[in-house]
Amino acid sequence: MSAVPIRQRERGQAFSDPEMLPLHPARYADDPPQAAPRAAQVQAMPSWRLGLVAAIAWFALGTITREWPNKVLGFSDWAYTDPFGSAAWIVGALILAVAALGPRAGRAGRAIRPAGAWLLAIALGLLAWEIATAKLAWLPTPFFAPPQNLVEVYIEDWRRLGDSAWHSICLLATGVAFGAVVGLATGVTIGWSRVAGYWIHPVLRFLGPVPASALLPLAFFVFPSSHAAAVFLVSLATFFPVTVLSWSGVAGVNKQYYDVARTLGASEWFLITRVAIPAALPQVFVGLFMGLGGAFSVLVTAEMMGVKSGLGWYLTWAQGWASYANMYAALLVMAVVCSSIVTLLFAVRDRVLSWQKGTVKW
Amino acid sequence: MVSAAVDRPTPGVSPVAPRGARIDVQAVSHEFQVSGSALPVLADIDLHLRPGEFVALLGPSGCGKSTLLRLVAGLEPATSGVLTHDGQPITRPDPSRIVVFQDPTLFPWRTVRDNVALGLQARDVLRTQSHRVDEALGLVGLTEFANVHPHQLSGGMAQRVALARALVNDPSLLVLDEPLGKLDSLTRLTMQGELVALWQRAGFSALLVTHDVEEALFMAQRVIVLGPRPARIIAEFDNDLPYPRHRGHPRLAELRHEALRLLGLDESW
Repeated sequence: MSAVPIRQRERGQAFSDPEMLPLHPARYADDPPQAAPRAAQVQAMPSWRLGLVAAIAWFALGTITREWPNKVLGFSDWAYTDPFGSAAWIVGALILAVAALGPRAGRAGRAIRPAGAWLLAIALGLLAWEIATAKLAWLPTPFFAPPQNLVEVYIEDWRRLGDSAWHSICLLATGVAFGAVVGLATGVTIGWSRVAGYWIHPVLRFLGPVPASALLPLAFFVFPSSHAAAVFLVSLATFFPVTVLSWSGVAGVNKQYYDVARTLGASEWFLITRVAIPAALPQVFVGLFMGLGGAFSVLVTAEMMGVKSGLGWYLTWAQGWASYANMYAALLVMAVVCSSIVTLLFAVRDRVLSWQKGTVKW
Repeated sequence: MVSAAVDRPTPGVSPVAPRGARIDVQAVSHEFQVSGSALPVLADIDLHLRPGEFVALLGPSGCGKSTLLRLVAGLEPATSGVLTHDGQPITRPDPSRIVVFQDPTLFPWRTVRDNVALGLQARDVLRTQSHRVDEALGLVGLTEFANVHPHQLSGGMAQRVALARALVNDPSLLVLDEPLGKLDSLTRLTMQGELVALWQRAGFSALLVTHDVEEALFMAQRVIVLGPRPARIIAEFDNDLPYPRHRGHPRLAELRHEALRLLGLDESW
């Protein structure tokens, strides 16, 4: 029975706080298992020096942004300089509050503490960026924009940005869903049927490695709309890895599973849906993960080349107007969208494959 | 489980006990195709299981014992010869003949309960007969572990789950392919006793493959000794000791000596 120690290990934080020594839960043997880690953290909490340093850095960022005049360039001053500085002060104040409250900061406090070093690093990074652009103009405008310029884009162009992100997400979801379903079905068919394997496998070997974006021009004139063409390309990019990995997953299933199920009276359909597919699922998720990477790439390319909406379109549009701040803002949104989707995939996988806990992990 | 409420008609003519299967293996030979040439594994095997009988197949490893079991289970067709179950030819696997393999082969993505329910689910009777899952878990003493995943079980517990997964189908023949081979020696001794007790309660016929002489003699009513590959039957003896048996019984020691002699190992004894 290894379930209990595993769960405790997983509760460990993503960040490691150098100030917080790992306290072994076993020391609090009298506490119920749920309460043990919490008790350990409260005891380790009294001072959070890293938090104080981070708060100071954020205050410095706010003060420098507001008080040090921007370098005068040939156009009007950067908008939102003061609000950006004030926002940095607020962040600093919040960190300070968490540090001062200690254990009384509750759940939010416990969540934020391990990230102390990152909070400091972010403040310093923003400070360097602010100084190198707005204050000293080392980095040439308009190619490099100061942080407050991005704030301006988000405040004034959020509608168009949000709309673009939404279109991208919809297109991606449609394409990935198609590609994943068809890929899973194809992979399982090849893995299961010798005849299907004979015919489909060589085609897959030959056409599969062709980058989906190479088919862009072809897809744009074959399909009735650029949107349909983009959905096709995104699903193609997802399809290939999902197919290959579902197939190898099905092919690698322990043959004894089938023997067991057959002696218990299983039909062929039962063997496929209840034995082959569940056993291959870990591999299918690897395929989905790889497919998503390809899908992101082909999605943005398609949007840059022909689709009249989406983040890729926004990027080229911003570049066309030489509004590089918009471009940076869109890139940031793209990073958030893509990493959220991957995080979502991992969350789904952890849920679906929870039985793998304690056996294999990738 | 013990009740004779069998939900399928007993195939063929089975005039004796209603629960245990009568298995007849007549002149069965079998060979594998290994890179184009035929490799004989079984030579002219004749074997008859009376309903409710417990028979052990004893032989050196790699001699073809497990192949014989696969043929009896219907997982493969024999190259020549006839196998029948209550007079009906065995052509495919059937839930009335369940195999318990050396590896428990539990499905890791299913909980213990869902693993045990596999046979009922495969035959689409789970909804009406789900109570039998709990009964089977109770029989092997794992009721508390119903919602646990297999990787959290010890080897002995996993093999018990495999046993419950077999018993839930109310088999008339239990085919045991070295089911205790990978367990530690203490668990092994315990489970030998448990298996015999289950067999006595449920009344199925049992065919056990093992290379452990003591195990065969302790559990079975009849021991069949197979020679090296291609396997043929070289000896057969009855063990009429009543159950429950005691490992220290002098008769067991005699039989063991005889069995080891037949396997060519008596000098070391």
